[in-house]
Amino acid sequence: MDIVVCIKRVPATDTAIKIAADGKSIETNGVSFEMNAYDEFALEQALLIKEQLGEGTVTALTIGPSLAQKVMRDALARGADKAVVLTTDEWIYDGAQVAQALATYLQANPAQIVLCGKQAVDSDNNQLAGNLAARLGFGCVTEVTKLELADGTFTAERDIEGAREVVTCKTPAVISCNKGLNQPRYANLKGIMKAKKKPLEEAAADLPAAAMEIVSLELPPARADGRIIGEGVDAVPALIEALRNEAKAI
Amino acid sequence: MSNIIVIAEVRGGSLKRPSLEVITAAKQLASASGGQVVAIACGNGIDAATAELAAGGAAKVIAIDGPSFTEYSGDAWAKAIVEQVKANDGTAVLMAHTAMGKDLLPRVSGLLDTGIITDVIEVSCEGGAYGAKKPVFAGKATMTVKATKSPFCATIRPNNFEASTGGSGEVSKVDAPSGDLLSVVKEIIAAGGDKTPLAEAKVVVAGGRGLKEADNFKLIEDLAAAFGPGVAAVGASRAVCDAGWRPHSEQVGQTGKVVSPPLYFAIGISGAIQHLAGMRTARTIVAINKDADAPIFKVADYGIVGDAFEVVPALIKAIEEVVANR
Ligand SMILES: Cc1cc2nc3c(=O)[nH]c(=O)nc-3n(C[C@H](O)[C@H](O)[C@H](O)COP(=O)(O)OP(=O)(O)OC[C@H]3O[C@@H](n4cnc5c(N)ncnc54)[C@H](O)[C@@H]3O)c2cc1C
Ligand SMILES: Nc1ncnc2c1ncn2[C@@H]1O[C@H](COP(=O)(O)O)[C@@H](O)[C@H]1O
Repeated sequence: MDIVVCIKRVPATDTAIKIAADGKSIETNGVSFEMNAYDEFALEQALLIKEQLGEGTVTALTIGPSLAQKVMRDALARGADKAVVLTTDEWIYDGAQVAQALATYLQANPAQIVLCGKQAVDSDNNQLAGNLAARLGFGCVTEVTKLELADGTFTAERDIEGAREVVTCKTPAVISCNKGLNQPRYANLKGIMKAKKKPLEEAAADLPAAAMEIVSLELPPARADGRIIGEGVDAVPALIEALRNEAKAI
Repeated sequence: MSNIIVIAEVRGGSLKRPSLEVITAAKQLASASGGQVVAIACGNGIDAATAELAAGGAAKVIAIDGPSFTEYSGDAWAKAIVEQVKANDGTAVLMAHTAMGKDLLPRVSGLLDTGIITDVIEVSCEGGAYGAKKPVFAGKATMTVKATKSPFCATIRPNNFEASTGGSGEVSKVDAPSGDLLSVVKEIIAAGGDKTPLAEAKVVVAGGRGLKEADNFKLIEDLAAAFGPGVAAVGASRAVCDAGWRPHSEQVGQTGKVVSPPLYFAIGISGAIQHLAGMRTARTIVAINKDADAPIFKVADYGIVGDAFEVVPALIKAIEEVVANR
């Protein structure tokens, strides 16, 4: 069973975003990058599935700059067998571009199971799984918090508004992973040493033209300064007064 | 013709309110593009929902109706919808950014081999080009884009447009195709009781590690309950969810839910940048924290420096009084 995990290299979540001079991208000077948090769940799930089946390979796949090799090494150190960087120097925010480029790769390098995160925390698109599955003709379940595989069929759970949904899905499939699905393992020293010898390939991404262009990127309006109403229990009446008459919130 | 397609969400036979909000966005585009708003709804026995769509501003409503569509199937529904998008000259396809919308519209856009922009808060159509605005980096920035491929597909953030009302559209029915389903919903397990969904709550009462242990969340639940039934929901910081005190579905923040309620309480939450990303657009923010230097006070409209175990019980009483005297 060949399993592919899609991983995006994104700015660390504690980055204070600054807009670059072009007004269309972020200032990346001084920003540290990491594996997209949701993709850690996808990678972990891939490793769990491989362990369950007792066979197969886990390939970590990314579209991004050559610098993404660092994140890919981390994926190898955690247990992926192989990593591929499809390179581009542009910031990819357009979901169709990612989906089509990954579909092209997967048509040439077939996999039965494709796992991805629910959302890349830079562009916050939350679209790849369905988009890719449609292009490959695969089944798909998104934002899963529980996943079981038996006889080539997944049974997954996902949160919907006010409830949970249980979904079955045939393989081949693309599954997008949400928080709660599993507890990602980290790389240990042995893993890090092993990763140095694992294959890490790089090739130029075959990107179609973008389906949209950025007009502008702006910071949201700053919040007005708040105020400390007071200390301890004695401040409660003043808070109620402010919520009622000033904020009209209660 | 350049019609605007709205994919409506029908669950258990009833129309979900965000679909009517999407019609408002669609009407805005239709008046610029010169087309009509065409709503498509899938399900089994959905006459009431399609009537509501027709009375809610869709000029034309297409029901893809039949036993094979009783349960949601992303692949089967997307295929049937794409046929209707094409047959009805859709140049834009909109759906709400809900669990179903996030699952279905990417699939539709992939079949149409076009682009998709998600979690949209504003739409535009200028000189025939569709555009949209959406938060990125968990709301730390806002991106405006112009579509360069047709049709334009977008999921619309709930609670961001008014629900559309008024109209007398025409409803037609298409038989739901039967065939092989790759994925299908087997069961829907309702969340315990009549809990208000976090994203829809008018008030969110969120607790953090300052609560010290899981059992103390009773205070947070009681404060939420003080607002009366159906008003407030409980939220949590990641520290609390990771510790297993609260379910992950309650996590607010960059890797949890982004909420924008009229009123947000942060209790015993320090205000890490990832938490702020999930709640900074709340209209009014109240923080209770015993550390006067906690970063949460920088975004809070009103702050009380104090011990949550003393302040919150007093606050519960005060809110109960306000609610009782309404
Ligand atoms: C990749 C990544 C993603 C993340 N995503 C999220 C996310 O989505 N959401 C999120 O919330 N966090 C997220 N975090 C974690 C975030 O950085 C913080 O660690 C977390 O928000 C801290 O939670 P907290 O405020 O409850 O705990 P702490 O930071 O420990 O704060 C506890 C606060 O309680 C106060 N306190 C203590 N006792 C009392 C008392 N008796 N009464 C009143 N106040 C008291 C303290 O003064 C303190 O300010 C993420 C981190 C990473 C690395
Ligand atoms: N450039 C990329 N390279 C590899 N995987 C990606 C890329 N962009 C997105 N993904 C995957 O798709 C998931 C959802 O991303 P998105 O739809 O862009 O929010 C991410 O969590 C990744 O698993």
